Amino acid sequence: MTLIHLAILLPIIAAVIVGLSKKYSKRIHTGWLVLPVPLLIVIYFLTLIPDVNRHDVLYHSMNVMPNIGLNFDVYVDGLGLLFAILISGIGALVVLYSIGYLSHREDLTSFYIYLLIFMTAMLGVVLNDNVLGLYLFWELTSISSFLLIAFWYNRERSLYGATKSMLITMGGGFLMLGGFLSLYLITGSFSIREMIAQVDLIQASELAPIAIVLILLGAFTKSAQFPFYIWLPDAMEAPTPVSAYLHSATMVKAGLYLVARFTPIFAFSELWVWLILLTGLITLAWASFNAVKQDDLKAMLAFSTVSQLGLIMSLLGLGALGVHTGAAEELFTVAIVAAVFHLINHATFKGALFMLVGIIDHESGTRSLKRLGGLMTIMPITGTMTAITAASMAGLPPFNGFLSKEMFLEVMVNIRHADFSFLSDVSILFPILAVFGSIFTFIYSVILFKEVFLGKETEDTPKTPHEAPWLMLASPLILSLLVIVFGLFPNILSQTIIDPAAMGILGTTTALDTQIYHWHGFDSPALWLTVFIIVSGTLLYMTRHHWMFIYEYHKEHFTLNYLYDRGLVYSRISSKQLNDKFVNGNVSHYLAYVLGFFVIVSIYTFIVNGMAIDIRTASPITLQEMIVVTIILIALAGILVVKSRMVALILLGSIGFSMALLFVMFRSADLGLTQLAIETVTTTIFLLVFSKLPDKESYKYSVKLNIPHLIISVGVALTAIIIGYSAYSNRLFDPISQFHIDNVYDLAAGGNMVNVILVDFRGFDTLFETLVFAIAGLGVYSMMRLRLNTKKEGDDHEEHIDESRL
Amino acid sequence: MNAQSVLDVVLIFSILVLSFAMLGMMYRIVVGPTLHDRVLSLDALGVLLMGFIALISMMIHSQYLTVVILLIGILAFIATIGFAKYLEKGLVIENDRDSDD
Repeated sequence: MTLIHLAILLPIIAAVIVGLSKKYSKRIHTGWLVLPVPLLIVIYFLTLIPDVNRHDVLYHSMNVMPNIGLNFDVYVDGLGLLFAILISGIGALVVLYSIGYLSHREDLTSFYIYLLIFMTAMLGVVLNDNVLGLYLFWELTSISSFLLIAFWYNRERSLYGATKSMLITMGGGFLMLGGFLSLYLITGSFSIREMIAQVDLIQASELAPIAIVLILLGAFTKSAQFPFYIWLPDAMEAPTPVSAYLHSATMVKAGLYLVARFTPIFAFSELWVWLILLTGLITLAWASFNAVKQDDLKAMLAFSTVSQLGLIMSLLGLGALGVHTGAAEELFTVAIVAAVFHLINHATFKGALFMLVGIIDHESGTRSLKRLGGLMTIMPITGTMTAITAASMAGLPPFNGFLSKEMFLEVMVNIRHADFSFLSDVSILFPILAVFGSIFTFIYSVILFKEVFLGKETEDTPKTPHEAPWLMLASPLILSLLVIVFGLFPNILSQTIIDPAAMGILGTTTALDTQIYHWHGFDSPALWLTVFIIVSGTLLYMTRHHWMFIYEYHKEHFTLNYLYDRGLVYSRISSKQLNDKFVNGNVSHYLAYVLGFFVIVSIYTFIVNGMAIDIRTASPITLQEMIVVTIILIALAGILVVKSRMVALILLGSIGFSMALLFVMFRSADLGLTQLAIETVTTTIFLLVFSKLPDKESYKYSVKLNIPHLIISVGVALTAIIIGYSAYSNRLFDPISQFHIDNVYDLAAGGNMVNVILVDFRGFDTLFETLVFAIAGLGVYSMMRLRLNTKKEGDDHEEHIDESRL
Repeated sequence: MNAQSVLDVVLIFSILVLSFAMLGMMYRIVVGPTLHDRVLSLDALGVLLMGFIALISMMIHSQYLTVVILLIGILAFIATIGFAKYLEKGLVIENDRDSDD
């Protein structure tokens, strides 16, 4: 346990304290108690920056379950530190914001407990070196996110969104665990750093593609990539601080972290590069296209988040491409730097935008674009900050979004220089998708600002809008300032944070010395693309009423939500149908499954293992034995065909008597005695029961011919005969009965060997068989006496016991 | 041919005769037009069983089987009584004792 372990676990410790101090914190808003926690953590992590810049990697191990390799190994490099600072820093701002946003009427204790659990989980994900530990914290983020989305649990939409996000992210997380385990099978280690050291083994392994696909599925579901993005818009039912924190700045970036972290391991693979690149670009284009049609501000921001995540994902793919080819290294290093830079930028402007939308919602009572308008004069501060952050999102100078977007476009244009399978043939596709996505990003950024703050004032809002209190404005203000500062002086980030993070992704130790400039000269293609994006975006925005009808074409049936909902419904219906078909309450069906399975498994075993039947071991058969067996066979066949229960009972009695005769002929006097007594008692019990049966049915019944049942019963009989015969033919050892014969008198002082075995050599069996009889007797007695609820009484399995015992 | 082998031949012959007699009883049980025929055949089957076991005990020179013979005698009687009572009254054990007490 070191300081850094403490830093990761501090929020969860604070959560316990918050929960315990619930009673005493009535007067003060719980948020004020929570606020110091992320502040302390962010200050601690900021002090680590110089260490990481000197490449003094921090590694601290803490044994949790060393036998299975699950340890709490903390490993801090540039990448982990960047995420840790984002998580704790934005966490502090979100807590500050939530103090103004959530009133005392809400269940504040639960809210902050969930939020603190989430903080620990997220820090645990990004700083863990042990993949099992990473997986544990990963699932903890899913669980705490589930709790936070369903914070207003009496709303149906919240529950729907929470369930959906949990199903998708947990499903992905589980697949990711499979990926980790296959990595473990290859390398024999759960440590990420050791995996990186053994990258040769992974390259040679056939399991690597499986690991790649599974880990990427985990990353794509968490980071809301196509087609798994559908949970994110529904997660907007959460309180706005949660949306700002989890669903824009931190949790959805866990997938990006995972991809970045595993890039040094998997970058060799074409599969990895193509999957990330294509998924990222498709997500970017598709989500920004869909964001434009959204009416709800938070839904628009959710789609915007999805598209920005796609942008970062595609940049990471390009960075992996750089590692893969080795050629044009400089170019693709830019991609990694752009990815890291945009990750920071997105956290700042998207966090601020969510908070601003939350303020609009809080002060006007609605988030619908149709009902809002002309708020600029009423809420000037909110409006200004929205303008700044939306411009950054759209990629306008001089804000930070412009810088990373320009780097992105430049990389996408330069992708044609890459020497990578058939990439050069389709390279034109990538800039087109990127520009398409950027144009729509521009359009919805304009809509976000213009429709809400400009135009005519609407009187439609539920509350009379007014400027928010400073408590709520403080957090977005800090983030907006960061947007401007990072936009004007990007190089304060480049040396301190971006470079170490990029080196962490690339797995190198050579300094990158990144310099980020606003001005690349007139010959830079990215500049002209930006101009093109702005011009065409403006034109499309002006004429949007003429082309918005295209969204009508893919209503309900073509969306992935429709597929998801249908899938849920059908999985429920089909499992119910399957269940109804096979678990139908019909006992004869269950018996058919059990016996059919027995036959199939036996036949399979015969075929696989073979069997031998040896006729020579059999004893000679006498005529009288054959006649007795014939009697039994006749009676058996008679039971199957007779029409009356009584006749069947008499035939059963004759079988019992013949069995006793067989026992006697095989010289088992005691068995014969018992068999006769039991047979008589059983017959009497049957007669007793028959007298209770309804008269009409008591003399008329017949066994219907059922072909599957016939096949199964014949199969069971043949299998039992074959097993018995082949077991008898292959007796490997001498029987132990010689011991009993020799010692029956000397050791047990008895002449009857059967009885001596029953009560002396193996008396325990007899004891418990006696117990069985006692239970059966008591069971019959209680069933007949205790008729508390005659309709529900179903304990009929006991009444067979006294008959089945010999 | 000494006495022992003559006894064996007689025993085996008797056993076979009894076996065929049991088969005959079986025929009556399976075919036997009324239920009463069948119950009677079952009773007779029990009696044949007694003789059968007696012959077997002679054949294997064992005296431990005589108890089986006695038991069959009792049980076949009880079983026949049970059937008879069922056929006559429709039930085996009467709970209604008011008529006698």
